[in-house]
Amino acid sequence: MRFIPLASPSAARVGLITLASVAVALALCALIFVFYGVSPAEVYSTMLRGTLGDSIGLAEVGRRTIPLLLIGAGLAIAFRAQFFNIGGEGQLLLGAVFAAGTALFIPLPGPLLLPTVFIMGALGGGLWALIAALLRRLNVNEILSTLMLNYIAVALVTYLIAGPWKGKDVRGYIYTDSFPDAANLPVIAGTQVHWPTLVLGVAVALGLQWLLGRSTFGYALRVVGENPGAARYAGISSARVMTVVALITGGAAGLAGAGEVAGIHHRLLEAGQISLGYGFTAVIVAWLARGNPALCLITAPVMGIILAGGDLLKIDLNMPFRVVDVFSGVILLCLIASEVFVRNRVVWGARA
Amino acid sequence: MTQPQPASSRPPALELRGITKRFPGVVANDSVDLTVDGGEVLALLGENGAGKSTLISILYGLYQPDEGTVSLGGQPVRIGSPAEARKLGIGLVPQHPLLVSRHSVAENLALGGGQASRGGGLFPARGVAGRVRELSEKYGLEVDPTARVSDLSPGEKQRVEIIRALLGGARVLILDEPTSVLTPQEASGLFRVMRELRADGRSLIFISHKLDEVLDVADRVTVLRRGRVVGGVPTAGATRESLAELMVGRGVDFTRKRGAALARGEVLLDVQNLTASGSRGLPALRGVGFTLGRGEVLGVAGIAGNGQSELVEVLAGLHPARGTITLDGQPLTGGAEARFQGGVAHIPEDRIHSGTVPSMTVADNLALRGYGRSPLARGLARDLKATDERARQDVEHYSVATPGIHTPSRLLSGGNIQKLILARELHGQPKLILAVHPTYGLDIGATDQVHRVLLERTNEGAGVLLVSEDLDELLSLSDRIGVMVGGELRGPFPVSEVTRESLGLLMGGAHPHSIPGAGQGVVA
Amino acid sequence: MDNIVVEALIRALAVGTPLLLACLGAIINERGGVVNLGVEGMMAVGALAAFAVASSSPDANLWLAVGASMLAGAALASLHAVATVTLRANQFVSGLALALIGTGAAGLLGKKFEGLPLFNKVADWNLGGFVINPFTVAALLLAAALAFYLNSTRSGLTLRSVGENPAAADVLGVNVGAVRIWAVLAGGSLSGLAGAFLALSYRASWADNMTAGLGWIAVALVIFVGWRPLRAVLGALFFGFLYYLQFRLQGNSPIPTEVFNAMPFILVLVVLALAGLRGQQGDAPAGLGRAYVRGER
Repeated sequence: MRFIPLASPSAARVGLITLASVAVALALCALIFVFYGVSPAEVYSTMLRGTLGDSIGLAEVGRRTIPLLLIGAGLAIAFRAQFFNIGGEGQLLLGAVFAAGTALFIPLPGPLLLPTVFIMGALGGGLWALIAALLRRLNVNEILSTLMLNYIAVALVTYLIAGPWKGKDVRGYIYTDSFPDAANLPVIAGTQVHWPTLVLGVAVALGLQWLLGRSTFGYALRVVGENPGAARYAGISSARVMTVVALITGGAAGLAGAGEVAGIHHRLLEAGQISLGYGFTAVIVAWLARGNPALCLITAPVMGIILAGGDLLKIDLNMPFRVVDVFSGVILLCLIASEVFVRNRVVWGARA
Repeated sequence: MTQPQPASSRPPALELRGITKRFPGVVANDSVDLTVDGGEVLALLGENGAGKSTLISILYGLYQPDEGTVSLGGQPVRIGSPAEARKLGIGLVPQHPLLVSRHSVAENLALGGGQASRGGGLFPARGVAGRVRELSEKYGLEVDPTARVSDLSPGEKQRVEIIRALLGGARVLILDEPTSVLTPQEASGLFRVMRELRADGRSLIFISHKLDEVLDVADRVTVLRRGRVVGGVPTAGATRESLAELMVGRGVDFTRKRGAALARGEVLLDVQNLTASGSRGLPALRGVGFTLGRGEVLGVAGIAGNGQSELVEVLAGLHPARGTITLDGQPLTGGAEARFQGGVAHIPEDRIHSGTVPSMTVADNLALRGYGRSPLARGLARDLKATDERARQDVEHYSVATPGIHTPSRLLSGGNIQKLILARELHGQPKLILAVHPTYGLDIGATDQVHRVLLERTNEGAGVLLVSEDLDELLSLSDRIGVMVGGELRGPFPVSEVTRESLGLLMGGAHPHSIPGAGQGVVA
Repeated sequence: MDNIVVEALIRALAVGTPLLLACLGAIINERGGVVNLGVEGMMAVGALAAFAVASSSPDANLWLAVGASMLAGAALASLHAVATVTLRANQFVSGLALALIGTGAAGLLGKKFEGLPLFNKVADWNLGGFVINPFTVAALLLAAALAFYLNSTRSGLTLRSVGENPAAADVLGVNVGAVRIWAVLAGGSLSGLAGAFLALSYRASWADNMTAGLGWIAVALVIFVGWRPLRAVLGALFFGFLYYLQFRLQGNSPIPTEVFNAMPFILVLVVLALAGLRGQQGDAPAGLGRAYVRGER
């Protein structure tokens, strides 16, 4: 088997191969389900019926889509700059921490509170990602550093809710008190879809698309990502671009964290309850969108189905929620392994 | 074109018959015939793109020919891979050494087996060291088997490659532009080795475009042009002019492209006592100082790694240094962008990895210098219309051959990428042009265009700092030439006072006073 | 006093053992030019496979369990090998996917083993009063063997050359793809073995997320020890000692537990930053992390 590079792959080829790789991934997952002892047909039909089949399911997908969209759009930008931020999870948590701290402890007049909650959330996530960007200047691989920061963020949340921020009237539980009403987001009636965050997500995705394609910063970012040598030559500071990229991608994840606590939980609680692995799933959202923030508007709901479906598998089929990691991992692997087929023609036989 | 038959009836050591190799859109080799006898040095001559590399790749098993046969000692052979080529006794000394820099010479030579290394699976480097010393002495290939490759000079690395080919039992040795990294003196050392090998009955194929060298060392010349053999002559009786005409297909003028050296004008660039450290913390520039006049071309010669790259990077604002630099009376400071704004254009050494972003479009690449400012940007937003308009003008003015301005630049040929860079760098009126290997790898047409454009700019008052490893290019364009050795600048000397030979001695580290002619007004 | 030192050493060796095994595995594939960040996942499936075999019956063969763990690690690594070597996928992202798949699949398939007893765990050896775990002995021997293999054998030279300059190895007839695939599989099997230690000896049980980030620390350790097997012994001991400190200080100090839980991860960051400051990344094999495509520079 040999690969012959294609001059410029057509959009149809990209789309078709992406779909094919997702199909292969679902088939591979089916194998694992057989091994586990459930019928893949049952798994997939449970997931589909429970998510797209009725309005409750759709609302669940919508709820998962919000953080995926925000984090995914930010990651799309980061990946274009070759900043492999795998720490969406930790940045989301830091966003939640900053947001909760603001909501609980900063006395602000009602109408100012929510905007401040979001701004602080973005700040928390951004600063968390910034650590990785600064470490990268010391040649620390950001995949490793952002992953370590995930673990550290979980410990930080646990420490806060079990220690200094532990609620006064929660007794044995470990979480904070409820936020004041002014810090709670409105939801679409009967659901947990906190629509202001959704609107924010759409705006962020479109805004980042503009930034990437039309702004001078987006140009610099692409040069840094696609040829660091040329960036240096042209006097574009990779370090500065990475700093801004980290603030953007971490900030978007922080917004998601603020949205989760202000829109759904109304308090800071255990890391595992705030995020269901949104940070990892969003990696796939961004990869599926091939680094285009606007395309996350499509890919985020797709992965939202898988997250919501994972919940159903837990409830209906009594499967561990870990099943979502399997989905994420297999889809991600198939996607990156299919890249070579996007860029190359395959020829069978001896080489020329 | 038939080759003269060798006197004996023995079949030639290597014979190619009707070799044809096609790539999409090009015929790289068009029924090429070629023979080499044992104890013979054949020069393979041709411009870039004439098909030399393809032919070597076929001989070394990297490509399979579409048609034709390769025979060794009269036996047709199929060469499926470089390893098979080595087994068949064909060795290649590549232009850029293919060695593991972190490993010792012996470890490099022990890799991949070969005759000398049948020492079993343990301590592979020990067995090979003895054989290396043996070969070193026999052919004058001095190299220390225990040295780390990263500490070797380009010439030493080349010797390692030659030893490797000999260890592999090479009877046919291909040397691909072996002198491009050597001083003229080192090159003569190489030629001595080549003559020894020839005397030993081996066949050598010597690829070069330096006609003097070809006449010096080869017995016969086969000339390729556009994939075909256009001539084969013994070097006895051939001249530089006759070979050049065969190679290019028309008469070539070897006179200077630039008229008489310029009378020194007003000082444009004044560099004093420049000191900088290199990537490994070692001093790369030690007190470099010179001036460059308006309209002057200052050539900088030197073996790669003697501080030329750092000098250019310092001037372009890419590398920190101590010392003073003034351009047009103003101190030259700031980063790369500020200096470009201040009139410093930079045609970089590596046009693919730093000069362009290959995945970006021609239009975006042309905007690399001005994307953030008016007229290509308004505030934080790019003006894509203006960007396209600028690109259309540049493409037309510099006749960049591209399917369109929205084509990724990686699809362009080397010459057209260089034109793109020229268009971008010379936009506006730069005062100082830093040109590093500006014509490396370009064909004669593109080379001419680059030279013409640079000389045009000097007529308009710009100064050019021309760094090149091609002494002919330096001698043909420069008003004065300096030589970088170990981070110091020797000279610059007026071009009338230097020759290829004196430059070569300086590049090799000789002191100017010890070289007859240098700095004493001897005319080349 | 002596007791504390001995206890510290024993504890450090105990936690250090899986780190050392996984780190040695990662050194193999990284010296061959392939990064595999999926150590956490390969450890997880290794632990599960070992536990599944060992708990299948009261007299289950522990060698079989160990073999199963190595097979499972290598099987998961084979996905990485195909994706990154054959299909030239990004090594870092593929490794991340592997970590997700490994921990996810282990969590999914291992659910039925949660809380099950292990009939016969791997017992410590008593060597003249010094109690040591067989896995620890194996890991130390492996470190020495790997150092010898890399520096003094032809096959080790080939592996290193493929990691440093695959093009140079290729023209000399080395099958770069095959060497790299074998290196990835070998690395995976050692990660699996590290998992077996956790399941058969250290914890002697199975629980979801029992690897608890050790795999990631092993990956960072490779950089910290400069890709050298013998230094890996010291690096693993150092991190093992840290875990011991965490164990000792927990509860005895006013510092909250969570800080101790986060400590190894904070330390990884510190250690990587120090390695970066010392320019240690320069020790990385020159061809590390990049797919080899013939004819591309």
